[in-house]
Amino acid sequence: MDPVETNNLTAVVETDEVIAPGQTYRSVSDRVSDMVLEWPIGYRWAAGLLLALALLFVLNLALGVVFTIGVGVWGINIPVGWAFAITNFVWWIGIGHAGTLISAFLLLMRQQWRTSINRFAEAMTIFAVACAGMFPLAHMGRPWLFYWLLPYPDTMGTWPQFRSPLVWDVFAVSTYLTVSLIFWYVGLLPDLATLRDRAKKRITKIIYGIVSLGWRGSAVHWSRYEMCSLLLAGLSTPLVVSVHTVVSFDFTIAILPGWHSTIFPPYFVAGAIYSGFAMVLTLAIPLRKYYHLEGFVTMKHLDFMAKVMLATGLVVAYSYIMEAFMSFYSGNPYERYMMMNRMTGPYAKVFWTLIACNLVGPQVLWLRRFRQSAWLLFGVSLVVQTGMWLERFVIIVTSLHRDFLPSSWGMFYPTRWDYMTFLGTLGLFFTLFYLFIRFLPMIAIHELRDLVHKKQEESHAAVH
Amino acid sequence: MPNPMTDSKDDLKASELVQIQLPSDSANPHPPRFWRSLDELNNGAAYQKGLAHEFPEGRFPKTSGQGGLNRRDLLKVMGASAGLAGLTACTKLPPEKIVPYVRQPEEFVPGIPLFYATAMPLGGIGRGVLVESHMGRPTKVEGNPDHPGSLGGADVFGQASVLTLYDPDRSQVPIHFGHLASWDGFIADFGDHLASESSTGGAGLRILTGSITSPTLADQIKSVLSQFPSAGWHQYEPCGRDNAREGAKLAFGQYVNTIYRLDKADVILSLDSDFLFAEPGGLRYARDFAGRRRMVDPSGTTNRLYVLESTPSITGSLADHRVPIRSSDIQAVARAAAQGLGVPSGSDAALPAGMSADWVAALVHDLQAHRASSLVVAGEQQPPSVHALAHAINHALGNVGVTVIYTDPVEANATDEIKSLKDLVADMDGGRVRTLLMIGVNPAYNAPADVPFVAAIQKVDFRVHLGLHQDETAEVCHWHVPETHYLEAWGDVRNYDGSASIIQPLIAPLYGGKSAHEMMAVLQGQTNLSTHDLVRGYWQRQAEAGHLAPAAASNFETFWETSLNNGWIEGTTLAVKQVTANASAGAATTAAESNAQGLEIVFRPDPSVWDGSFANNAWLQELPRPFSKLTWDNTLLVSPATAARLGLQREDVVKIVLEGHEVEAPVLILPGQAANSVALHLGYGRRRAGGVGTGVGVNAYAIRTSDAPWIAAGATLTKTGDKHHLVTTQNHHLIDQNGQKVEEESEAAFDRHVIRVATVEEYGRDPNFAADPPEETTAAPSMYPKVDYSQGYSWGMSVDLNTCIGCNACVVACYAENNIAVVGKEEVDNGRDMQWIRVDTYFRGDLDNPEAYNEVMLCQHCENAPCEYVCPVGATVHSPEGLNLMVYNRCVGTRYCSNNCPYKVRRFNFKLYSDWDTPSLYPLRNPDVTVRSRGVMEKCTYCVQRIMEAKIVAEREDRTLRDGEIQTACQQTCPTQAIVFGNINDPESRVSKLKAQSRDYGLLRDLNVRPRTTYLARLTNPNVEIKG
Amino acid sequence: MPQIFHHSMNTISRVSIVAGVLLVGGLGYLAWAVNESPYYTNAKLPLEQPVLFSHKHHTMDDGIDCRYCHTSVEKSSFAGLPPTETCMTCHSQIWTNAEMLEPVRASYATGQSLEWARVNALPDFVYFNHSIHVAKGIGCTTCHGQLGEMPVTWKENTLYMRWCIDCHKHPERFVRRRQDVFKPVYEPPANQLAMGKQLVKEYRIKSYTNCDTCHR
Repeated sequence: MDPVETNNLTAVVETDEVIAPGQTYRSVSDRVSDMVLEWPIGYRWAAGLLLALALLFVLNLALGVVFTIGVGVWGINIPVGWAFAITNFVWWIGIGHAGTLISAFLLLMRQQWRTSINRFAEAMTIFAVACAGMFPLAHMGRPWLFYWLLPYPDTMGTWPQFRSPLVWDVFAVSTYLTVSLIFWYVGLLPDLATLRDRAKKRITKIIYGIVSLGWRGSAVHWSRYEMCSLLLAGLSTPLVVSVHTVVSFDFTIAILPGWHSTIFPPYFVAGAIYSGFAMVLTLAIPLRKYYHLEGFVTMKHLDFMAKVMLATGLVVAYSYIMEAFMSFYSGNPYERYMMMNRMTGPYAKVFWTLIACNLVGPQVLWLRRFRQSAWLLFGVSLVVQTGMWLERFVIIVTSLHRDFLPSSWGMFYPTRWDYMTFLGTLGLFFTLFYLFIRFLPMIAIHELRDLVHKKQEESHAAVH
Repeated sequence: MPNPMTDSKDDLKASELVQIQLPSDSANPHPPRFWRSLDELNNGAAYQKGLAHEFPEGRFPKTSGQGGLNRRDLLKVMGASAGLAGLTACTKLPPEKIVPYVRQPEEFVPGIPLFYATAMPLGGIGRGVLVESHMGRPTKVEGNPDHPGSLGGADVFGQASVLTLYDPDRSQVPIHFGHLASWDGFIADFGDHLASESSTGGAGLRILTGSITSPTLADQIKSVLSQFPSAGWHQYEPCGRDNAREGAKLAFGQYVNTIYRLDKADVILSLDSDFLFAEPGGLRYARDFAGRRRMVDPSGTTNRLYVLESTPSITGSLADHRVPIRSSDIQAVARAAAQGLGVPSGSDAALPAGMSADWVAALVHDLQAHRASSLVVAGEQQPPSVHALAHAINHALGNVGVTVIYTDPVEANATDEIKSLKDLVADMDGGRVRTLLMIGVNPAYNAPADVPFVAAIQKVDFRVHLGLHQDETAEVCHWHVPETHYLEAWGDVRNYDGSASIIQPLIAPLYGGKSAHEMMAVLQGQTNLSTHDLVRGYWQRQAEAGHLAPAAASNFETFWETSLNNGWIEGTTLAVKQVTANASAGAATTAAESNAQGLEIVFRPDPSVWDGSFANNAWLQELPRPFSKLTWDNTLLVSPATAARLGLQREDVVKIVLEGHEVEAPVLILPGQAANSVALHLGYGRRRAGGVGTGVGVNAYAIRTSDAPWIAAGATLTKTGDKHHLVTTQNHHLIDQNGQKVEEESEAAFDRHVIRVATVEEYGRDPNFAADPPEETTAAPSMYPKVDYSQGYSWGMSVDLNTCIGCNACVVACYAENNIAVVGKEEVDNGRDMQWIRVDTYFRGDLDNPEAYNEVMLCQHCENAPCEYVCPVGATVHSPEGLNLMVYNRCVGTRYCSNNCPYKVRRFNFKLYSDWDTPSLYPLRNPDVTVRSRGVMEKCTYCVQRIMEAKIVAEREDRTLRDGEIQTACQQTCPTQAIVFGNINDPESRVSKLKAQSRDYGLLRDLNVRPRTTYLARLTNPNVEIKG
Repeated sequence: MPQIFHHSMNTISRVSIVAGVLLVGGLGYLAWAVNESPYYTNAKLPLEQPVLFSHKHHTMDDGIDCRYCHTSVEKSSFAGLPPTETCMTCHSQIWTNAEMLEPVRASYATGQSLEWARVNALPDFVYFNHSIHVAKGIGCTTCHGQLGEMPVTWKENTLYMRWCIDCHKHPERFVRRRQDVFKPVYEPPANQLAMGKQLVKEYRIKSYTNCDTCHR
């Protein structure tokens, strides 16, 4: 059965507020917790989960082949030692950033519009980082020795090589995952308690009871909670910048033309937020439609997010132009050839597609009409994500396949295992996400109630 | 050179071999085993093969791993990703057995290799080699420094021959009608037929061999023929020297052997000759030639080389003036030159297209200016008349006795071999042959297309084949007997200059093979004589007869020992022969031979698999051919112009029809190929070569006729519409750039000063033409603390582009020394070849007549190595002596180092490429080098194992290393000594002196990587009279 | 609203925090302990051998020099294992029909080698060289233990890389006079460090810790 039919909800009218008028504490609590506790499993949700599981199976197969036969099943070679795996890694990490930005940065900025989207944005972050984290492992020639990248007293009297950006990655990504996870969980606590109290079945009560760690909502709890989340926000805000900066070091530290460039850190961070918000939109728009959350995730949210996308998109565009300009301005023959080769070489088609997706496409967001149409935004966000994936592919492959010594020039052609590994991670991501929206409150109830409170305050103020 | 041991190896049994402790590189806890009896073999998989006439899968991944997953694998695989967590590296060592000898041979010191001097026959002619033996396992072939024909250099064939020894596809047991049999069974059966033959004086008995120079074997054959007076002995070498022999006969009325003295030649004209590589004396010629090319400073002198050839050759790439013209036109040019020099040369011939009279005139002046110090060399593939012309010109220029000397033929019985084979086939066809014994030949595969060998042999009652493999000829024989490899049995052979060498074995026959000598002994009814006694006996008789140095007769034992020790027998060098050329030799040329119009097709022995006898050698198959960089194939080489004219693209399959014979071959467009001349290499299209060679390439013998074995006119090409994928390690993209056809990589290479070249004259004006800007050679600022390399040793290398001939010997030497894996055609196509050292080729100028430049590329051992600081686990680090170390067992395989290597010299084991499954390959491996497994990076180490070994010896003796004490494998084998390695902190070392030269430059120095490997810029010495 | 959990839950949850920390720490320690234990390193574990050979008896009671059997220890990377005939040089004269020596005689008669269980094995990617170590004054017992006191032979040390490096970094702690190198039982003198420093100079011992010292 499908919830939409079972719960005769009155479709909420689109609104320009960050929350639809007429919402009360109770209505928001009911609305969000019912989705978890009351609604029966919908066949669309089930179908979606099955599809995701199918893709997860593909991932399992692909990784199995990679681990048993070797990374040779991918199309990589000498000179192109990195291709899809690292592209996917950077892409997923980037996507994560929006979540952190929304939950931490906007919290510090006291932005009201973050409240109803931060929960699933954070979930998205964690799942994205999980997908990303797989690739540095999977792309190793001998993945079973991954722990050699960790500093620990071993029987060989050796240590990791701290000059290598790959070691920095290990720290950056693991920190990112840990902090995001804690932040997300702490934010969940009050809502888990709400679910515990509203649950009818005993088993449900117990489960939510355990995970809510005995939250009672006392004044002490709340004050500590506020302090804690503020601190965590303070902790994770720098991560928004640092993580992708470190990731960009994987390239800038190398001497390769097309990698060795000082513009990468800001450029990568902007790109990350760009693709991240695209992903948030990709998730938010179907969610609000399907679960009739237009009242909570309003056009205002979409509009704000579109604007952030436009802004970061412009930073990215600027970076592209500067990159091209500098490579010619430098007068360095290798740099020049690299850029010419990108634009006219064997991978020119990919390059121009990426320009179309990232640089040209999003300019439509200048128009309010586009920002106001959920489905157009949905389209744009998909285009941007494609573009961002291609961007990483172009940076990695076109720089590698023709570098300094012409005798060693080569080509990269992806194999079926390359594609399967990538599609597989989508499976992992969406499996986790489907489970999340079914078993956890996808919108922060207590923050919504807080928001409702603020709104009422404002209206009273208006009256007097 | 360590002192070679010279004891008889006959007593060294495989049974002792299996007792040696595992080579430290092998993971398998069981020592290598060899089949030594039928019962053992019966259990072996090879038995099934032998019966079913099937050939094993190649022992390298044939599929790229994409497909080929059956259901069971799938399940395994699904588990693997989950099970990875449990798979963390367990370093607990498995229990190991350690097995001492029962009685240890005295000369064996476990862990220390021995070196033995011996000789490798190729096309019947010997090359002196020195073979490294680890505990009785030959692992590496080097040139023999004491040998006149080698002087320490070795070519690709010598280096790769050790792999053929261990080739698991070698024939392992006598085969009778496709069934396993035994040597005794053969002797019995053969004995009966011989008995019946002897009644008729052997009228029905024929022996077919290759060119025989072995004095002992010749002597044996002679006595066999005296025993069977009416029997016949035929010789046939598919890539033989008939033209040279007949040319000499034409000039002197008798067969003579021609020896060139390139160290004395200032001006050399090559008429289609690849004398630096394809001649029996090639190794020596290359050394002498290079000796004249070394210019320490502008005041030095160098030689000048003119080359006329149709298809690019190694020799051609060093030419100061190279003209690509049809091979059949070369005669006309030669005659024009002869006329210019006043040598009678028959009727006038118009100069062919592409040749200007001025060019010839300039050449003539140059030759005349260098009387008695010039040299004209005619190619093996040119018709006898051209050889005669060359002889005549050399006489006219007074070169004879200086740059050319003549001796008696090195062949025991020089003859026109193609005629010899035709006679045999005629006899067989006429039913006059009842018993045919073939020794080490494969005519069923390589007989000319118009000589119906396979048809004719059906009429022979009793056919015996002695060979290394169960090849195409074995298939049509009643008996096949495994032959011994030259490293397995005693023998002797003559070298290019006639001096004889003893072939001493390093290991007992792995598969109970029999040598030609034993086979001959059987014909004489002597079944009990060991090959050692046969060979030694012959030379003892020679000594007693006084044919050798007097010392030999008085004390033969010492003489024998010294001969083995030196690798050649003193007093056997053939005496210089005074012959006078029949003045009008050149005139004998007939118009028919020259100027045949239309498209010509040229056949050449393949630079890797030669005549096809190396077809099953994976090292050679994967070796990128010179210029084209093609691997695992042979192709029809077509010039860009001709390809455009015929509308041919790379990889187009064309049907070649020649005098009714036809074959289909893929096209490869090769810059420098002559217009209207296409070339096809021999040695491919084997049907029964083995797991490696079977079905690779196309069989050129199928269209090669006996009257035009090398240069044939009137070939027609028709596109079939099919495509055949060709795999090259350096993909030469021929592109159009502002109207002119150029080669993309080469364009970039010259923009980036990868190759630096000047004429001798320019060099004189600016000795520093190749020098890098000082800010690049002096240390640029670095964030990391500066390392001081001024103390102790600092290893460095210098490669002289002026003497490197691009012969690939270094590449194969590296395979053997460093246990490098073979990956197969598909993986090479994926860009995953594992060669640590490669020969890059760049073209400059018009692609129909470009200059070709070879550049040896290996790890440059940068002082600021970009690969090192990016490795997350420190698996590649720098040693205080400046070595860029690669620690396989620490590598986790991120490939970051390779991405960051500007030279892309690192190689990665994308899959498990090393062969852990073939027992016969274990003993081949160098125990001093780790065999790399899946998922680790590898690269050139400057042969660190040799450095450490030498250092340990030096420190034990409490002294410092001497210059030249350490040779890298590539340096040791290099025929021209173009590679020099040593301590750059020692100003007196050879490498320091080379690096001090003004021509020294480093690649990509502008990256401030500070490479330890540097190059000496190329010089050319053009004739000023020739414009452009 | 009824309580879901009993109030003891408070204690349990508090304890579980501490317990969790301890558990993680404990597992870590366990892994380390196993890795260092003889079970994993085979150190100090005598192996099953075809013949009960006693280094103690041969070196101390009979006073046979190490090099009598391990002939190549000064020449080669491999110290060498005595061929059967070496055993038989004495045992064809003495203990000629000792039950214990039957396998040796059998080997000599049949020509089939004795198959010893290897006591000190290094991974295949490690290239150790005996000759240079003995030449530089590193004694047999430094690595192989007091063989003169071993009735049966066992592996004395873990042979972990860390263990090798310790000595390569501080040779002066282990080096001894050349004439003492082959002593089957050796106690370092009280002034080891002083003597060691002096010998390091005298023998020109370089402290090699580059990877290529052992890995090629």
